[in-house]
Amino acid sequence: MATTETRTRARVVGTPVPRKEDRKLVTGNGQFIDNINLTGQVWLTVVRSPYAHARIVRVGLDAARKLEGVVAAFSGAELAADWAGSLPCAWPVTEEIRMPPHYPLAFDKARHVGDGVAVVVAETRAIAKDAAELVEVEYEPLAAVADVAQALDPGAPLVHDDLGTNECYVWKLEAGEVEQAFADAAHTLKRRYRQQRVVPAAMEPRGALAQELPGTGELTLWTSTQIPHVARLTLAGVVGVPEARLRVIAPDVGGGFGSKLDVYAEEALCLALARRLKRPVKWIEERSEAFGATIHGRDVVQEIELAATAEGKITAVRVHLTAAMGAYLQLITPGIPLLGAWVYAGCYGVSAYSLECTGVFTHTTPTDACRGAGRPEATYAIERAVDALAAELGIDSVELRRRNFITEFPATIASGLTIDSGDYNASLDRALELLDLDALRAEQAERRVRGDVEQLGIGLATYVEMCGLAPSGVLGAIRYVAGGWDAATIRCLPSGTVQVLTGTSPHGQGHETSWSQIAADELGYEVDEIEVLHGDTTVSPLGMDTYGSRSLAVGGIALHQAAQKIIAKARTLAAHQLDVGEDELEYDLGTFSAGEKAVTIKELAFAAWSAHNLPAGMEPGLEATAVYDPPNFSWPGGAHAAVVEIDTETGDTRLLRYVAVDDVGKVVNPTIVDGQIHGGVAHGIAQALFEEVVYDDDGTPLNASFAGYLVPSAAELPTFELDRTETASPTNPLGVKGVGETGAIASPAAVMNAVADALAPFGVTDIDMPATPERVWRAIQEARP
Amino acid sequence: MIPTAFDYEVAESPQHALELLGSREDAKLLAGGHSLIPLLKLRFARPSLLVDLGRIDGLSYVRDAGEWLAIGAMTRYKTLREDPLVQENCPIVSHTAGLIGDAQVRHRGTIGGSLAHGDPASDLPAVMVALGAELTIVSATGERTVPASEFFRGVFETAVGEGELLTEVRVPKLGSWTGWSYRKFTRRAQDWATVGVAAIVRRENGGVDEARVALTNMGATPLRATATEQALVAGEDDPALKIADGTDPPTDTQASAEFRAHLARVIGRRSIEEALDR
Repeated sequence: MATTETRTRARVVGTPVPRKEDRKLVTGNGQFIDNINLTGQVWLTVVRSPYAHARIVRVGLDAARKLEGVVAAFSGAELAADWAGSLPCAWPVTEEIRMPPHYPLAFDKARHVGDGVAVVVAETRAIAKDAAELVEVEYEPLAAVADVAQALDPGAPLVHDDLGTNECYVWKLEAGEVEQAFADAAHTLKRRYRQQRVVPAAMEPRGALAQELPGTGELTLWTSTQIPHVARLTLAGVVGVPEARLRVIAPDVGGGFGSKLDVYAEEALCLALARRLKRPVKWIEERSEAFGATIHGRDVVQEIELAATAEGKITAVRVHLTAAMGAYLQLITPGIPLLGAWVYAGCYGVSAYSLECTGVFTHTTPTDACRGAGRPEATYAIERAVDALAAELGIDSVELRRRNFITEFPATIASGLTIDSGDYNASLDRALELLDLDALRAEQAERRVRGDVEQLGIGLATYVEMCGLAPSGVLGAIRYVAGGWDAATIRCLPSGTVQVLTGTSPHGQGHETSWSQIAADELGYEVDEIEVLHGDTTVSPLGMDTYGSRSLAVGGIALHQAAQKIIAKARTLAAHQLDVGEDELEYDLGTFSAGEKAVTIKELAFAAWSAHNLPAGMEPGLEATAVYDPPNFSWPGGAHAAVVEIDTETGDTRLLRYVAVDDVGKVVNPTIVDGQIHGGVAHGIAQALFEEVVYDDDGTPLNASFAGYLVPSAAELPTFELDRTETASPTNPLGVKGVGETGAIASPAAVMNAVADALAPFGVTDIDMPATPERVWRAIQEARP
Repeated sequence: MIPTAFDYEVAESPQHALELLGSREDAKLLAGGHSLIPLLKLRFARPSLLVDLGRIDGLSYVRDAGEWLAIGAMTRYKTLREDPLVQENCPIVSHTAGLIGDAQVRHRGTIGGSLAHGDPASDLPAVMVALGAELTIVSATGERTVPASEFFRGVFETAVGEGELLTEVRVPKLGSWTGWSYRKFTRRAQDWATVGVAAIVRRENGGVDEARVALTNMGATPLRATATEQALVAGEDDPALKIADGTDPPTDTQASAEFRAHLARVIGRRSIEEALDR
């Protein structure tokens, strides 16, 4: 023990450690699903419906089967016996919810453009694609309903005939004396907002590769997913294989934004066909295919009502939502609106609250999680309504927000949940300071007086959101099938490095770096001495994967807990080896010391492995697993501000500035946090100004490509001005909160409030997203006397 | 994403290109590929043979031809943007070439490829119409010259017939007394033009002696805005008010026909003002 080196380095948590993932990725050495090829693999192509609603009269496969290189072709009916269960929906939000079956291929009717009706398997991808064109599907086209607002109209075409209605569920939450509050209010306000349908548009499309191990029947699925563990559990049920005999691997995954928090038909098809054909089956989604086959987000009509005093104190919030499910229920489709259902009062204290959400089926691609999932919608509604209320009451909107902020924490809000901590005034103060609001208002006034063509608009959004869904008991109470916990294993190897095995499944978030930082500080290793393994159900501890900004606040804490177990065991071993009492030992950054005596965790890892001299009864090895179920959600908040310049002749809206001050608790890696906020803000700006899936009356999407569906590029975005305030979360030992969605949650409201601000002098009282040039121009025309 | 199967041949000369083109009924010329390759991947175009013009050095040039500049059909946007002869003598062409796509697109895309593709949302066609450019088309039997005003026939349809090859574009030199502008409206920096307006004015004695205004994406082909041209020469107020007269703009998810007509008037006015100021 004489050679013990004393650790003197500074802690790395809180510092911008360069991402460990990036060298591989930026040099093109990532291993994405399409980089993986197996000997003997064949390619799957799915034949998809060009109709939003059609009876499948006949599926002609002869010509496809005859093409050289085609291995097999099947209709939906021919594969019906392969399914032990329907594709999963894990959030039946009410007892009465209508849950129509959803099999990997349709066999009676196609219910949205892109619904799979047949498959072809061929030796090459090109042959599979050629053969798919030879499949002759005879359809009887039927009337469709694509508009969420028309789904419940009398006579609207039914998506599922046997349900007799397009209503999926009605979910209600009511707390406090809502009716009374509205009756007593000095002022009430009602607004209707529209959350247009958007495409999550991950850079890497989906893909899957399935293999049956010869002789054992064990199945392995490589899939571009956020949720390998949940996929294993649920796909085992779809294809009828014991969960323990299915291995799911998420290799490098190029983004998900919620779209890969799902279990898809093609994953089940690859598994079933690999089992049938005894050859590995691979499917890679085409981008144009993705517009119909991968879930969409939003598509909600919102009605929000505020009751307020004359002084602008909001007393009650009442919300009615009509939310499109699409044609089927995907993994958590019904629950998405509910993820915002508790926070439609935003960061404002109200005494009465009610929300009713009606989920409806439409002849469209199913909706499901898209970055923020429910909370961007909630934030948008309350923040736009608060601006409208301020205007109607003649109170400055900043002042009105301050009069309503929750300021004492923990705060149990009217909807029933408890916000752990926050300081909304601090974030707002900082955002206004960065913005230099007074100077901007002065310039805006000058432009208005001059009647400039290009007018300024300034918009604010203050927000609080709930992420890191937990605890598990609460999730059970709201009928979410899974728990909210996660797990981590730390394995100290004898030669001085560490394996961290995490139940989270990063797909761009940088967990390998952040988890290394946490373990490095707890155990006194260098970041580079730690290897983080994830995304393989055979390697990782059973976990709940990565979505909903949960990974750090749940999986990161599980890792921290596992480190405490390592330290506790190491302490016992250190005392034994140093021949001192455990309570005599000081511990700092990987080193136990007692006076002159010291030993590091690294050295103890070898001693624990050799096991030559352990205390009586101690198990060999230095390895620990912890499972963490948080006591509460994670509650980030903050203030965002947007400055737009509108060309009032063309309606063109450009963002001049974007200020984001977020409070995400303690920060592990500021570069990664900034990156998450950058991406989220860009995502929300995209919804505010650019993106929208447009359907025609027949339910055919009109802009299902990146030529027509406008994802903005860096050229359309300003340099974001970021800062943070820091309110440590009291619910976890690292004080961290989630950050993956905050940008997307705050930014649509901030940008649209800015657009509305710019247009107010023209008499425009409201405008929907996205604020396209034509929509802005028409709003100005229509408002003109 | 996966095209149908096709053969690929590299043409070594214009003559070789014509031979290869004549060898199959459905052969297609590859002259940059930014329009053609997406069409192949979407399986909208299904040629059995692609003839790559990219390695014919003799089709990439800018030459002084007296009153004209002669530009080889395979001259890339980047060259048009940066060539001193073009910058000095026909700056509207170098300016417009610099607005196309992004740097990667401008390194691949060619003037001939763009014009022969006949996409009504492309920028250079309207500029060529405004300029009164002349286009040289060769075939196995000879060579002919077509004015830009007769070159564009419809959506993706031009005067280049089967077995023919566009080899050269001639644009007039603009004197120092000529004002010009090309402006386009796009949602994103790299998008095709929602609408675009090219304006070229010859000024004399404080008035406008001659005006040529052409529109991008206001119909199946680039269109001359003759009413606006006449109003400009007549010295009327806001000649751009008439810019959409006689046009037939498309409706798509970027803009309705009505909004395109409005945009053309706004962008047209700005374009004309810029041309008059330049």
